[in-house]
Amino acid sequence: MLEKIKIYFRLIAIAFRSQMQHRASFLMLASAHFISTFMDIIGIWVLFDRFKIIQGWAFEELALIYGVMNMGFATAESLARGFDTFSQIVKNGDFDRILLRPMGTLLQIASREVHFMRIGRFLQGLFVLLWSCKQLGIPLYSPNFITILFAYIGTACLFYGLFILQATLSFWTTETLELMYIVTYGGLESGQYPMSIYNPFFKGFFTFIIPLACVAYYPIAALLHHETFSMWVGAVAPLAGIIFLYLSCQLWNLGVRRYQSTGS
Amino acid sequence: MKPYIAILNTRMAVLFQYRSAAIAGLCTQVFWGIVKVMILEAFFAQSVSAEPLSLAQAITFIWLGQALIQLLPWNIDKELEAQIKTGNVAYELLRPLDLYSYWFFRAMAMRLVPTIMRSIPVFMFAGLFQALPAPESWSALIAFVVSLLFAALLSSAITTLVHSSMFWTISGEGIQRLLPQVTLLFSGVVVPLPLFPDWMQPFLNLQPFRGVIDIPSRIYTGVIPVVEAPYYLGFQLVWFLFFAIAGKWLIARALRRFVIQGG
Repeated sequence: MLEKIKIYFRLIAIAFRSQMQHRASFLMLASAHFISTFMDIIGIWVLFDRFKIIQGWAFEELALIYGVMNMGFATAESLARGFDTFSQIVKNGDFDRILLRPMGTLLQIASREVHFMRIGRFLQGLFVLLWSCKQLGIPLYSPNFITILFAYIGTACLFYGLFILQATLSFWTTETLELMYIVTYGGLESGQYPMSIYNPFFKGFFTFIIPLACVAYYPIAALLHHETFSMWVGAVAPLAGIIFLYLSCQLWNLGVRRYQSTGS
Repeated sequence: MKPYIAILNTRMAVLFQYRSAAIAGLCTQVFWGIVKVMILEAFFAQSVSAEPLSLAQAITFIWLGQALIQLLPWNIDKELEAQIKTGNVAYELLRPLDLYSYWFFRAMAMRLVPTIMRSIPVFMFAGLFQALPAPESWSALIAFVVSLLFAALLSSAITTLVHSSMFWTISGEGIQRLLPQVTLLFSGVVVPLPLFPDWMQPFLNLQPFRGVIDIPSRIYTGVIPVVEAPYYLGFQLVWFLFFAIAGKWLIARALRRFVIQGG
């Protein structure tokens, strides 16, 4: 296990160095990313400017969810890049080569490609999160902040799991992958608002099937006393994201077993 | 004119092949639409004063935005990008065609086909299950259709201007990242423009992207009365002419000084 982790970090470091070879282009793309995610929060701010509040949530409270969601998504998006572009590998028949190597498939795909310019979105999320903590008076060394940190880890794991799931689907079909954007990008977008505003079907879907509500909304709602359940229920809810990631890995292994090559 | 119509037709025939993408697109748009409607309902529930749009009007704006989303000048033509990168664009110059008009009609096909494939099912869904109302009146419907045509012209001209600028930027990757966000926000798809803060309205009213989705939506919902529609149609045309002239000028400039790579 330790050996594997070592190899993973080594390959990531190599990917990082190779992307740093084109420093100017990296900086430009990262800042384009930063600006483009900034447009997202303008869309939310505009509505708050007019309506002030959404179901009892003020803008600075919502900013907490927004920050956690975007940091988690950016982390998963940059680290799971290999899974995001995986359908191409299946189409080309390149997966055969990966099967031949003396290493697990998950580890190989995970370290195949890393997208560091997504740091733009991450920084923007961090910026919003810190601003929100300051407005709400949450100190950086407090149990509350640890809850937020745990929510971030849960969110990153959940989205990573979704990217693995998307890649796993391509063992069966490479045509309908666009539908997965509904739960990845769509999940990010809808998860930025309090889950309580959505209808029960939607809320149930994002609690029990894809536990998006568990990783960011429940812990933060408990922390800010917007839901009635006790603090510790919210604090452990992000575990659902980690479990989801584990289950996606199991499903991936199932998919690998039934893989049939397209190549000749 | 005839060769350009032929370009439009053949490009449209090619693009109509991507039908499975259209089905996936329909699901995506329906999902977005439902989420956005729930968000707006939650916000309007708190509203104490009169807003510039009623909730029903705002919901109509959302569905029109989802139906017409592909009309936005939000992406670039990958084939043209590759041609400029490899220098193959030189072959295009051998054709007895005006390069600007050729690219303009290509861009037009790239906007019209996805719009047709996506808007019809989204309109049907919204009309059947989401109670999307019909336009205010018959004359509003006619004005809406005309404004859509002008929106298509405007959007194609913006896209062609972006394509022309790639003679200088080569990859256009930075632009590709920013275009979707900028066009979605300023055309009013993210949030209907009338709901933006009042102090931003003078700026929003003058910028070109509102010509693509905001103006047709306002005519459809009657926020703009039909008698005032000609002024807004003129607004679309003026921006269209601006982008067309700028694009033509940029291409002429590029062709005067451009050096073809490779042999």
